[in-house]
Amino acid sequence: MEVKVKILRFNPETDKRPHYQIFRVEAEPTDRVLDLLEKIKGYQDGSLAFRRSCAHGICGSDAMRINGVNRLACKTLVKDVGKGTVTVEPLLGLPLIKDLIVDMEPFFEHYESVMPYLINDEPPPLKERLQSPQERERFDDTTKCILCAACTTSCPSFWSNNRYVGPAAIVNAHRFIFDSRDRAAAERLRILSDQFGVYRCHTIFNCTLACPREIQITKAIGEVKKAIATGSLD
Amino acid sequence: MRLHQYDVVVVGAGGAGLMAALYASKTATTAVISKLYPTRSHTGTAQGGVGAALGNLEEDHPEWHTFDTVKGSDYLGDQDAIEFMCTEAVRAVYELEHMGLPFSRTPDGRIAQRPFGGHTNNITGKPVRRSCYAADRTGHMILQTLYQQCLKNNVTFYDEFQVLDLILVNGVAQGVVAIELATSDIHVFHANAVIIATGGHGRIWKITSNAYALTGDGIAIALRRGIPAEDMEFFQFHPTGIYKLGILITEGVRGEGGVLINGKGERFMEQYAPRVKDLASRDVVSRAMYLEMREGRGIDGKDYLYLDVRPETVNRFAALDGRTRPDGSPYRVTAEELLSKLPDIIDFCRTYLGIDPIQQPMPVQPTAHYAMGGIPTNRFGEVVIDEKNKVLPGLYAAGETACVSVHGANRLGTNSLLDLLVFGKHAGLRAAEYACRSQFQALPKDVADFALEQLDSLRRCKGEGERVSTIAEEMKEVMMEHVGVFRTAEGMQQALTKLRELKERYRNLKLDDCGKVFNTELLNAWEVGNLLDLALVTTASALARKESRGAHAREDYPKRDDKNWLKHTLAWLQEDGEVKLRYKPVVITRYPPKERTY
Repeated sequence: MEVKVKILRFNPETDKRPHYQIFRVEAEPTDRVLDLLEKIKGYQDGSLAFRRSCAHGICGSDAMRINGVNRLACKTLVKDVGKGTVTVEPLLGLPLIKDLIVDMEPFFEHYESVMPYLINDEPPPLKERLQSPQERERFDDTTKCILCAACTTSCPSFWSNNRYVGPAAIVNAHRFIFDSRDRAAAERLRILSDQFGVYRCHTIFNCTLACPREIQITKAIGEVKKAIATGSLD
Repeated sequence: MRLHQYDVVVVGAGGAGLMAALYASKTATTAVISKLYPTRSHTGTAQGGVGAALGNLEEDHPEWHTFDTVKGSDYLGDQDAIEFMCTEAVRAVYELEHMGLPFSRTPDGRIAQRPFGGHTNNITGKPVRRSCYAADRTGHMILQTLYQQCLKNNVTFYDEFQVLDLILVNGVAQGVVAIELATSDIHVFHANAVIIATGGHGRIWKITSNAYALTGDGIAIALRRGIPAEDMEFFQFHPTGIYKLGILITEGVRGEGGVLINGKGERFMEQYAPRVKDLASRDVVSRAMYLEMREGRGIDGKDYLYLDVRPETVNRFAALDGRTRPDGSPYRVTAEELLSKLPDIIDFCRTYLGIDPIQQPMPVQPTAHYAMGGIPTNRFGEVVIDEKNKVLPGLYAAGETACVSVHGANRLGTNSLLDLLVFGKHAGLRAAEYACRSQFQALPKDVADFALEQLDSLRRCKGEGERVSTIAEEMKEVMMEHVGVFRTAEGMQQALTKLRELKERYRNLKLDDCGKVFNTELLNAWEVGNLLDLALVTTASALARKESRGAHAREDYPKRDDKNWLKHTLAWLQEDGEVKLRYKPVVITRYPPKERTY
């Protein structure tokens, strides 16, 4: 079948502002949107710029807006994006660099601000630290995050003020706050109770819908809010 | 051109690179340059686990792990290095746990373990639970955990920088030349030690589990600087890639009791590996699948088979095999249990195949997966450049890009993550120690010229020329057809001829993009040049090896030939494009070669 792909193009070396360009591509219904982009780049216009690597939803390189919704191009099939035109645009809320490539640095700065690493200065045992399956389950969902930025860049609160740490950073804080082996929950909760922390979340649920890993993001943010409010991790 | 100076520069930010950086940065100024953001690296897609004889669920020993790895390598692995890796494995896994890796847990809170192909109880010959896992996203958790630790320890990252060349001064490594993707600025990283950790090169083949980024950049730049590549003919085809897409379905599925089924509804692995059946080594299973399909026993006679993990199937065959749980009770699974242990696999099948593996079998075919060969190193990660293992001072390699050799002719599942942990760490330690006692040498004025020449030769937007994608596609086709699971002299000769033609055509490309900002077309074209060089070296090495061993299966030489071929290949890519081959002995300590059956 032939698919019409409408892409928002921008070349900072020649363009004043972004503009749409339409390509026609021969495709199978089970092709990924990433396959469409590869076919365009490989055989029609080599200058089309986008990031990609693993091509099966794990590396998090190719988050973009597909028909207006944040998705991974490699995890979205042609048959699932309707019969008409597929519209592909860069993520919102991060500075546009070229075509579908945005500047990820602000996103990673927010991620780093929540101290996304295990903190525990007690001397470790000779073998593993023990953790029950129930304790492990407590933060299982938020360990799935691939830092693709689909959630943060779908959040209206983030669009309106990009100093908000955003859902991805909170998800990664949650992963450590509720890990029974970590000892810095209080510090992270203090960071997230800041004016640009969790209270910028107005439970709009865009993030949860955008997450390609199906992480219950709004629920995780709610759990962090509750921990701040009650001072308890139970 | 911008100049930077560090004691150690690490190229690549997957598991090996991050592990090396973490350890080097403890004592030396260290920079990591990576063409991807570190968390995009392909380590993140490893699923089933990392092998270590913790013995958390049943008796196990590093000695058993060592023997299994030697046997799995079809006796081509160097036994001193294998013993070192398998012994270090236990400490490496505990260390990851201490860094915060969220392993799945046993009921009493210890690290959970599952069976994997080729890992056995050496007394009974039955599968042993040795793979330490975090659901089916162990690699993701390793990559995240190591990146987190690097942030905690303030490692310096140059993200989205593509390495282009290795700097050697007076026979000593002195850094690398790289290009910044966002600007096309050239950066020279002057360093006393360089650690290459750029991963694999599965993109040579049409059906592959490998990321787009896996183009063998590290091996290619080393080859162009006169460093040989070792055992390139040994490339693993993983038995279970999703049909047509090549996306990996972890061996853990078979570890949990899944079985391979042919078009007649038979569990055919019983014929090929009577003792461990579906959990034989990957080379053995992939060959069995090809033979089944060639005999017309693919599904509907086509070139795929079923991987069946439906609970009723698992339980039926577990009962037939008499498989038990650690407490001695019969092994039975439920849909819920599979969902919790294999969530990503189930998600892949739903997304890409529209099927639910709890209710339907998965269509699979072998997929190009892992390079056993690579840049030759010793067990300290030091690059060695001839038959006598002469060290090239200041140059290190670790992970899939290196060949220690611990995998020999065939790698066991879970040993790749182990390899990158153990040798990443030791390369990092060794490089830092060396760099801190070495003096910087003056760089020549033309230090970036070779890199610039390579890019300039590709940067042509005017006149007649060919698209690089057609060349890449033809390379992948011919490699899949003739340098895949089964090989013949005739087929490989055809492949060589074709590759030489493609290398000729590659000199006459035309690009659409001659800009400076994220010129991904130019860099993709440069990567295809790397793939072509590696395909050539792979094919030449394979054609010369007149035997069948591990992943290298020749129909014209179907037997292993220890008398003539128990040796490692070293391949040099000469300036005239010819491949020069020499050989070096295998290190054998405790395990003399025996016939290999499962």
